[in-house]
Amino acid sequence: MTDSPTSKPPTYRRLRIRFAKGEPLKYISHLDLARTWERVFRRAGLPVAYSQGFNPRPRFQIAAALPVGVTGQAELLDLWLTEPLSPAEILARLRPQLPPGLTIHGVEAVDAQSPSLQSQMRAAEYRAVVHSDEPPEAIRSRVEKLLAAPTLPRRRQHKGKIQTYDLRPLIRTIAVEPGPEGTVYLTMRLQASPQGAGRPDQVLELLGLSTAPHTVERTNLYFDFDN
Amino acid sequence: MNDTLDRILPTVSKPARYTGGEWNQVVKDWDACDVRWCLVFPDIYEIGMSNLGLSILYDILNRRAGPHTLAERAYAPWTDMEAAMRAAQLPLFSLESRRPLAAFDILGFSLPYEQLYTNLLNLLDLAGLPVLAARRDESHPLVIAGGGAALNPEPLSDFVDAFALGDGEELVVEIGEAVRRAKKKGASREELLHRLAAIPGLYVPRFYEVEYDGTGRIAGVRPTRTDVPLPVRKRIVTTLPPPVTRPLVPYINTVHNRAVVEIQRGCTRGCRFCHAGMIYRPVRERPVAEVLDAVEAIIANTGFEEIALLSLSSSDYTHIEELVRQLVARHGDAHLSLSLPSLRIESVSVALMEQLQSTGRRSSFTFAPEAATERLRGVINKPIADEELLAVAEEVYSRGWKTIKLYFMIGLPTQTLDDVAAIADLARRVRAVGRRVLGRKAQVNVSVSTFVPKPHTPFQWTPLASEEEIKAQQDYLKEHLRGPGLKLNWNRYRETQLEAVLSRGDRRLGAVIHRAWQLGARFDGWGDQFKVEAWRQAFRESGLEIGFYTRRARDLDEILPWDHIDAGVRKSYLARDYRASLRGETRPDCRERCYACGILTAFRRERAAAPADAWGCPKSSDR
Repeated sequence: MTDSPTSKPPTYRRLRIRFAKGEPLKYISHLDLARTWERVFRRAGLPVAYSQGFNPRPRFQIAAALPVGVTGQAELLDLWLTEPLSPAEILARLRPQLPPGLTIHGVEAVDAQSPSLQSQMRAAEYRAVVHSDEPPEAIRSRVEKLLAAPTLPRRRQHKGKIQTYDLRPLIRTIAVEPGPEGTVYLTMRLQASPQGAGRPDQVLELLGLSTAPHTVERTNLYFDFDN
Repeated sequence: MNDTLDRILPTVSKPARYTGGEWNQVVKDWDACDVRWCLVFPDIYEIGMSNLGLSILYDILNRRAGPHTLAERAYAPWTDMEAAMRAAQLPLFSLESRRPLAAFDILGFSLPYEQLYTNLLNLLDLAGLPVLAARRDESHPLVIAGGGAALNPEPLSDFVDAFALGDGEELVVEIGEAVRRAKKKGASREELLHRLAAIPGLYVPRFYEVEYDGTGRIAGVRPTRTDVPLPVRKRIVTTLPPPVTRPLVPYINTVHNRAVVEIQRGCTRGCRFCHAGMIYRPVRERPVAEVLDAVEAIIANTGFEEIALLSLSSSDYTHIEELVRQLVARHGDAHLSLSLPSLRIESVSVALMEQLQSTGRRSSFTFAPEAATERLRGVINKPIADEELLAVAEEVYSRGWKTIKLYFMIGLPTQTLDDVAAIADLARRVRAVGRRVLGRKAQVNVSVSTFVPKPHTPFQWTPLASEEEIKAQQDYLKEHLRGPGLKLNWNRYRETQLEAVLSRGDRRLGAVIHRAWQLGARFDGWGDQFKVEAWRQAFRESGLEIGFYTRRARDLDEILPWDHIDAGVRKSYLARDYRASLRGETRPDCRERCYACGILTAFRRERAAAPADAWGCPKSSDR
């Protein structure tokens, strides 16, 4: 999915699809989701543009990978087509081909020359619903302590190697609210940019909540173009 | 159940194996159906989803067998999921409606290979069912097994209620009908099994008794009721039913993540080692127009980017060139890749692949000469001259493929060390051809497997080679197939040995399989899971000898454990062909000339019902 503006004929249309990845699909990986979209496009008979080169790939980009097990309410992808089709027509063709768990909120045409979604992304918001007997205040005070820490060194595996990184600068805000009976809502706004992305499971782990039953949803993505 | 799953799934590897919901999944109204199948593939999801047989039966039962029949699916959970399920006391469930397997009327197990036997027991146990058929009653689902390995059903006869032999398309509908009637009548398990035994192609092992002589050989097999057939003949379809055009589309990557159109069933080449070549006779071809329509429909219904045209020998499909030409004309620019497995070593194959892969990457080209000397290729009835092989290799390299994969077997009957040395020699000659054309980029990947004698083949009487021989031969090849542009793969003997035991096993092995499973054996086809000690102990406790099953040459008149199973090819024909092999006599393609294997006699009626050109058998009458 290379994206150099010189290689594409001016007739390509770039469409932005806003979609949700729901419960039935939350265990499939980013790569699986990309393949699923590819097959949705083919079933819908859309004139998808292909990359040049030895092994042509359909041209679309998903803004950000969702961690396995996390649903997404406000996901974005950009798709390039070789023929002009109206967003309404595209939507009408796609909807009957969506598997359970995939929902399209909207389709809009965007400037074909604008930078890639990934490069414009800044932050993501996650909402965790945690089943816990603890009062929200107890969790809130742990959150405050966490946010007060100058650094939060964490380890992660990257390409088979263990790396250390600092999670603290990747956390923007964490809000704690009581939910219905025995649940607590945590709304985390985490950095998600080419320079680094915070993972909600890591935050929950630091808060001692990863063993409590919980679900996580990505509720929003923030981009440069959101002003 | 869903809460438990939600707790478990985040803790296991590849949780999407267990969540179903794939495109083209069929979920029928449970209460509106009175025949409920769960089709079970006793290996992991990624392998089971690539199995054509199950895809066909899923389609027939859900879409063609009427509104009151449903079929759901289950696969073997990987060891981490099994542990989590057992800890949570979560029984094995179907992917579609997440119902426990015990709630179904029929469990239909697919048995394409022998290394799945302990998994079958394990899945019955995970479903909370007694593994022994004799301990199950009307309150339990009926347990059916079918597939290639079921043509020697004896080793599993303690665990399976009935075996479906041969083509399953019509059988599953008839089984469902019998179960429906039995349910309505409130019939006993015994009555139901008796009804099933009357359906052609179904073998109900509990109605047969096996006696052994003092040496452990079989003295005789007799039915325990007068009204069950002996032998039990496999079932065939006269013509291939319409292909599946709404196959399941997996989310996660599977072994063969693509759609499949079966263009031909059966093979007329008669390679003497080949189980599939004997048990899937006769050859039935699908008309070109039907294949083309199916490809069109599949793309629209699935969005798959790859379609495989499946058969045991693509090159032998009568209209292969026309088919490929038409496919390329229609889909050549649609970013669709088409694959054609099992091509013969001839230049036509290279031309076909060149058309199919006109765009995109040409990765590797696979040939299976199986033996490296012309003499040994004569013995196994897969004749091709070295010169031709090298000429074809040259064409492959000069048309842009960089890698040639060569498949060989060691331990074939009459094989000598010269034949083994010839494998290294031939591979090096192929590399030399490649280097001449491509320079140092040319690659030869050699896979050497150990020959396992299979039931219903001309080599069913021959011994498995010994561990010492095989290890020495593998060592020789490791030594001589080193260096740039050469890669060697081989199998471990102990896994080959288990396959050999189970392939030609008898009923007494039931106790060994049962015990090995109790001792932890499962996923026996997975090298890192194979528990050799469990099997050794199980054999020790049973008093049976591994060597009796593997290393012993059987007399041609010995009663073999599968003699009462009739695959349509006569034992006398197999014996004649075996003797011919020892004389190095080949029997070329039986499309040209009939060698009277028995298939036309066994399926006279089916032949008469099929269109004249639907079968590969020549017009001349069988003896």
